[in-house]
This record gives sequence, structure tokens and C-alpha cells, in this order.
Amino acid sequence: MIAHAIFFYTFSLIAVVSAIMVTASKNTVHSVFFLILDFISISCLFIMIGAEFLGMIMLIVYVGAVAVLFLFVVMMLNVAQQKNQWFAGQQSSKHIPVGLIISTLIFVEVIIVIGGWKYKPEIFDINNSFAQTSISNTHSLGQILYTDYIHVFQISGMILLVAMVGAIVLTFRQRSGVKRQSYIKQISRERADGVEVLEVQSNKGVKIDD
Amino acid sequence: MIDIGLGHYLTLGAVIFSIGVIGIFLNRKNIIVILMSIELILLAVNINLVAFSIYLGDLSGQVFTLFILTVAAAEAAIGLAIIVVYFRNSGTIRVEEIDKLKG
Repeated sequence: MIAHAIFFYTFSLIAVVSAIMVTASKNTVHSVFFLILDFISISCLFIMIGAEFLGMIMLIVYVGAVAVLFLFVVMMLNVAQQKNQWFAGQQSSKHIPVGLIISTLIFVEVIIVIGGWKYKPEIFDINNSFAQTSISNTHSLGQILYTDYIHVFQISGMILLVAMVGAIVLTFRQRSGVKRQSYIKQISRERADGVEVLEVQSNKGVKIDD
Repeated sequence: MIDIGLGHYLTLGAVIFSIGVIGIFLNRKNIIVILMSIELILLAVNINLVAFSIYLGDLSGQVFTLFILTVAAAEAAIGLAIIVVYFRNSGTIRVEEIDKLKG
């Protein structure tokens, strides 16, 4: 129990500090790195609490895909040298108290809800999709994901497809002035387009390229 | 304090959620950090769902965490694509210079 507490406090401290650093760090690349650290520590918490599959998926999806995507975009847009002006400028300083007040309010509300909340003992019997201890987390998750939630699962696949197509369509651009091979043009070329038979008269020559 | 329960995880989720909200409000730098703050908020929601799912012994929370993960990945991809297109067109992604809609 002591070890559990020590691990929980360590990982959650790392998570909170790196979440603060995501918003506060001067360099955007550093905030992406702190985001990665945040995801890693939260996935350690997930593995610790018993949701191993989600912890691993979190590592794969967030650290492996989303954070690297952020990193690519940050490096591509060359915003790394745009230094942070957090508290500089008169225009930005009026946002700071508003943001602090709103987020403090949200935090206090959530803490009040958590603190004043009690379990009803009957609530444990409501659901039939209990996590069985005999089979692993991944196994039991798959058993309900592919049966009860199969339609939602397929819809989420469609969402990913639409997001992929949308991202490609948004960022695709046709550059002018770049010569490209066009297969359709090459294949559909006929003899009449390329070859012309002329009657060349003596001592006259042929005028080409007109 | 030593006995880690549901409340600890919910408090962690609340803290990370609030940090994400602060990050959205206080950011004057570029939009990418705002997107990262949204990712933090979704992460806090995931922590809450997983903690409830484990402590209530109900796997539906973890299934929904999976779906939130999917939607977050799609949202990050689309958002970053929009940012890339905007940067190509206007040359800046600083928050205070994006005021075309006069908002």
C-alpha cells in the first residue's frame, strides 16, 4: 500500500508539473516534450491502477502519433523561435485574471463535487459487464468492445477515416511551375497529336515550330 | 492520505483539467499550445473515466476512454492541418494577430 501511494504521488506530481510546463514553457518544442512526459506518466498511472491495455494504447497513440505530429508541425511552421510573451504587452495582461478566476472556479466546483460525493452500495450491482479477475484486462475489454459496442467501434473507425481524408485534402496543394509526369496524358496521346506528315517541296524546306 | 482511492484520481483529473483551462486562457503565443491544452483537458477526462471504471468494476468507462482517444487523435490531425493551411496563407499563427473575424 505504501509503494502504491509512493508511485501514485510520484507519477501524479510529474504529470501536474509537466502539465504546468506545457502551458508555461517559453519554447513550443519544449512544451511538446512536456506533453509527451505528461502522457507517459499518466499511462504509468493507468497501468498501475489496472487498466493496462489503455495505458499501452495511450503510449502508442499519444506519444507515438499525436505528440510526434505536434512536433512535426511545430518544426515545419518554424515557430520555435517565436519566444513566449506570456505577461508582456498590455493587451494580454487583461486576460490573465479572467483565466485564473475561471479555472479556479472550475477547480473548486469539481473539488466540491468530489468531496461531497458518496457511493450508494447498490450501485455496484447495477452493471453486468463486470471486470472479471480471471481474464486479463485486454481480454475482457475486447469481449465487450466487439460485442456490445461494435457499432460505436465502427463509427470511430469512420471518424478516423474522415479525419485522414480531411487532413490530406486541407494540406494538399498543387504547385505551379513544377513539371510532373502525368500518366493519363501520356497514355491518351494519339498519333494524330504528335506526328504530322508533310509534303516537302523541293528547295522550300519546312517551317516548323509555328 | 496513504490509502489511494477514487478521490485521489479524481483530484488529479481536476487539477490537470484546470491547468488545461488556464493554458487556453493565458496563452498568447501560438495556437499549437492551445491545441495542446485541449489535449490536456481530454487527458483529464480520460483519467476520470478510467478511475471510475476501475473502482466501479464496470468496463464501459474504459471503452469510452478508447473512443475519446480516437476522437482526440482525429481532432489533433484536423486541427494541425487547419493550422498549417492558415500559416501558409497568412504567415502567422500568433493568437493576437488572428483577428480577421474581429472577435
